[in-house]
Amino acid sequence: MLEVSDVTRMFGRRRAVDGVDLTLAAGDCLALFGPNGAGKTTLLRLISGLLKPTKGAIRVGGQSLRDDASARGLLGLISHQSMLYSALTSRENVEFAARLYGISGARSAAMRALERMRIADRANAPVRSLSRGLQQRVSIARAIVHEPRVVLLDEPYTGLDAAGGAALTDMLSALRADGACLVLVTHNVEEGLALSTQAAVMLNGRIARRDDARGLDHRVYQADYRAMVLGAIDRRSERVSVSA
Amino acid sequence: MTSVSRDRPVLGGFFFIAVLAVVALYVRAIFFTPLEAIQGAAQKIYYIHVPSAIGAYTAVSITALASLIYLWLKDDRADRMAEASAEVGLVFMSMVLITGPLWAHKIWNAWWVWWDLRLTLSLFLWFVIVGYLVLRGAIEDPAQRGRYSAVLAVLGALLIPFIHLSVYFSTAHMHPDPIVLQPSKPKLPPEMLITFLSGIGAFLLLCLAMIQARYRLGEMKDELAAIEAERGY
Amino acid sequence: MIGARPPGTLSAALLVARKDLAIEFRTRTAFFSSLVFAVLALTIFYFTWDESVVAPNDRAPGVLWVVLTFSALLGLQRSFGLEEHDRGIDALLVSPISRESIYLGKAIGNLIFLSAVQLVAIPALALFYNMPVGRPLLVVSGIVFLAMVGIVAVGTLFSAMAVNTRLAELLLPMLSLPFFVPILMSAAQAAARVFAGRPVSEVGFLLKLLVAFDIVFMFACTLAFSFTLEE
Repeated sequence: MLEVSDVTRMFGRRRAVDGVDLTLAAGDCLALFGPNGAGKTTLLRLISGLLKPTKGAIRVGGQSLRDDASARGLLGLISHQSMLYSALTSRENVEFAARLYGISGARSAAMRALERMRIADRANAPVRSLSRGLQQRVSIARAIVHEPRVVLLDEPYTGLDAAGGAALTDMLSALRADGACLVLVTHNVEEGLALSTQAAVMLNGRIARRDDARGLDHRVYQADYRAMVLGAIDRRSERVSVSA
Repeated sequence: MTSVSRDRPVLGGFFFIAVLAVVALYVRAIFFTPLEAIQGAAQKIYYIHVPSAIGAYTAVSITALASLIYLWLKDDRADRMAEASAEVGLVFMSMVLITGPLWAHKIWNAWWVWWDLRLTLSLFLWFVIVGYLVLRGAIEDPAQRGRYSAVLAVLGALLIPFIHLSVYFSTAHMHPDPIVLQPSKPKLPPEMLITFLSGIGAFLLLCLAMIQARYRLGEMKDELAAIEAERGY
Repeated sequence: MIGARPPGTLSAALLVARKDLAIEFRTRTAFFSSLVFAVLALTIFYFTWDESVVAPNDRAPGVLWVVLTFSALLGLQRSFGLEEHDRGIDALLVSPISRESIYLGKAIGNLIFLSAVQLVAIPALALFYNMPVGRPLLVVSGIVFLAMVGIVAVGTLFSAMAVNTRLAELLLPMLSLPFFVPILMSAAQAAARVFAGRPVSEVGFLLKLLVAFDIVFMFACTLAFSFTLEE
């Protein structure tokens, strides 16, 4: 469903993403961990088509992302920014997204998506009148209204309260049961491992460690992960202090 | 990493030859070229005004061409050339805009003449170049900067015929005769012609020399940025 | 969703345009700012000349173009500004619609916005300046429309570029200035002559120049837009 082959992205001379390979089948969920600046968000932006890779290729549902605009129709992105228009209502925002993807019956699809995120009661409220957490729910509804096959999530639980978090988890499980695959970037190891079939750690643009998430001991993994991250930070500060 | 530019100074032999050529031109223009009958000494501005314009338009053409190449090939050197050429173009265009009104005031007693095609075109090209340089200054990412400024440069080049035509047709009724500041007709006598042509030659040399110098400066700046990036500043 | 067909370029453009207009309709800030400015300009220009020296009829063309340019800049500034705030533009880029349709949609939205402002400003002009309401005014409205297309073509592109830079509010008018000049020069001259009672055939070339500008730059800017977006 998702194939990332040897993808590299440079910004000037800096390698933000360095030779990353990923393969996800229908129903898979990859939890992607890593410190700030490791390249996780850049990788998501590459997979979503917002950035073009300097090298390498990305295929979604068997179609090349670079060559086929319709491959984008299979993607959904949830990121730090809400990508909503604050003057429009929740329903209008989600309905607009539905139309962009060519969904017939956009209005009912929008209402269904809002219901899944348990925010249908605020369908006619302008987004700017909603709290950050509720806006996040609308943003998620917007991202999945077209039932994407590949869902990219950048710390989606941020700002969500317990009810919102539960709605999100239910929705993600349903999508996976339906055959979608997920890439979940998160700092919360527990949360990430709970949902996933694969786990990976990104450091300095590379995949430093890859595991099958089913059957992992969460506590051991958490400790290992902390050690990896702190080690990487120490090495980075060593480099800076030598050249100063 | 080997330094490309350590062996070649920013201001090289070519530059000094060009400067000498311009100095020689001035000496000839001031002392060895006859005065024009009607306009007197003021006409000698012509030997700066027109060559500056030719230098300016050459530089601007180089920017436009380099920008096209950059959009096509994404080669950083093309972007550096476009930037160097734009800055030099700004200098020469400013000369045109300074000498133009000075001369216009002497012959027509008006500081600005909208119907003079060269002057008006130079004014708006000057704005395009300033916009280009400000745009470059406002973008940090080199790839985005190269892309955006290249697009602006190509659109600016596309604009030129439209400015030309719109000025011509909007001002045709204002002054029917010469539409470009010219010395008295019909033809220049030989001494003036030689000065005029050498002027063009000298200014072209200077223009190209300055672009080369600015390009080398650009190379050095990029090298410095690369070293700083590696060290992690 | 597998099987859903994303909208074609024109439909997607209209979707984007409708969305932009819906937002403007909801907030109305740019529209009312433009109207307030228009009335201010109309009033000021009326009093800047001595009536015995320059008749109101002769001042009218000048105000028209000032109002048009400034309301255009106001509308254009907002055009991509509203996408920037919460990165709505990212949602557009991730979706399967073409880049060209984003540009076209924004341009159409801007054109409709400007037309709405002119629909108020031109009659206001005729009213305050006691202009004859007849064929000349109609022809001038047509010239205004041609000018708007060119302004919107170039302005929409620069709005997209400027919003991604540090000096966004400075850059849009600064970059647009030289590009607006041939439009405004030709349109203003043509309108002035029409207002002065000259036949339309006399301004034929200026009008053709305007149309040529519109076509060339609509095409060039649509192409250029994909370059400015591709990262």
